[in-house]
Amino acid sequence: MPDATGLELLAQRIRGAVADDAVVGTAYQHEQAMLEVAPARVREVLTYLRDKDEEPYEQLLSLHGVDYLPEEPRLGVHYQLLARARRERLGVKTRVTVEDPVVPSVVDIFPTANFHEREAFDMFGLLFDGHPDPRRILLPEDYEGFPQRRDFPVGGEPVLFTHNEHKYPRWYE
Amino acid sequence: MEVVRNKVAAPGTPAAPGTPEDFRAKQLSAQQMLRGDLDGRALEQYVEERVMLTTLDKAQNWARRNACWPLGFGLACCAIEMITVIGSPRNDISRFGAEVVRASPRQADMIILSGRVSIKMAPIIRRIYDQMLEPKWVIAMGACSSSAGMFSNYAVVQGADKFLPVDVYIPGCPPRPEALIYGIMKLQDKITNEPSLGWRKRYDAEGTEEPVA
Repeated sequence: MPDATGLELLAQRIRGAVADDAVVGTAYQHEQAMLEVAPARVREVLTYLRDKDEEPYEQLLSLHGVDYLPEEPRLGVHYQLLARARRERLGVKTRVTVEDPVVPSVVDIFPTANFHEREAFDMFGLLFDGHPDPRRILLPEDYEGFPQRRDFPVGGEPVLFTHNEHKYPRWYE
Repeated sequence: MEVVRNKVAAPGTPAAPGTPEDFRAKQLSAQQMLRGDLDGRALEQYVEERVMLTTLDKAQNWARRNACWPLGFGLACCAIEMITVIGSPRNDISRFGAEVVRASPRQADMIILSGRVSIKMAPIIRRIYDQMLEPKWVIAMGACSSSAGMFSNYAVVQGADKFLPVDVYIPGCPPRPEALIYGIMKLQDKITNEPSLGWRKRYDAEGTEEPVA
């Protein structure tokens, strides 16, 4: 786990090697290091972290979609990286808007991202540019909407109990 | 194979009731009746002894209720409970003639929806149900398949009766083995009394009966 100082040094190295605007911000909370990256630079940053950095992170553990509903930009993608030799973990996140939820696909960098990106598309409607098979993975093919978005209705049906019986008058009809 | 030859009493000679000789004598007297030798009082006694009256429907339903074979089909955690009911000698379900789990919907009479029905599974269940031959019955086992239980969300069908005519609902999470057995007994009562109980009318499916050739 890079500490706060190591995270800043890493951000500096990325800014120097990739681009000045690659790293948008850093956060170190609960002993978790998190880099925020511009969506357009995700592929370059992950390639750099995997291959070229002096402390490489060779494994992508998981890829998550996120919805930060009150905040803008609303949607996000988290990449969790692991350096097995040093036992260090690093989070990389990027934020996109609902109107243009396009994130570059990292399937050719980390093949494990294939199903993860399909699930993030399935649940959050994130579009992964360059994904080899951009279909739904868990929900039916004809499902409408992206159910893990926070403005998606929870679903289900009202259930009649004695405490809410007055809400459904003449339910027995 | 050894051939056993019983001594045959002559027709008309009284034999001790219940013995093989008596049975054989009755058979012989039936033969005589076919020849026209039996009439009047003897014919009446013959009918009393050997003929049981019922309707074909009742006999048919009696046979159906005592051989209600379930489909080997499990959905979720209730399926494990269903297996313990069907497969264990403790809850011997063959007392009700429902222990013959069929692997093909063509041979099954009843499907037990054991668990939550996800929206992705629903069309598959519907297809399996459509493949079953009539008469067919559905048991919704547990809270989830009856009313989605705790899964009040986007992924689970809110009650299996949204897409299937369900005959018996068994509450519980999961139901006790006794509850499932009681549900099967309720289904048997239903089969005996009124096989359809008007579900075709309720589900707007009149005219979908498969004609018996």
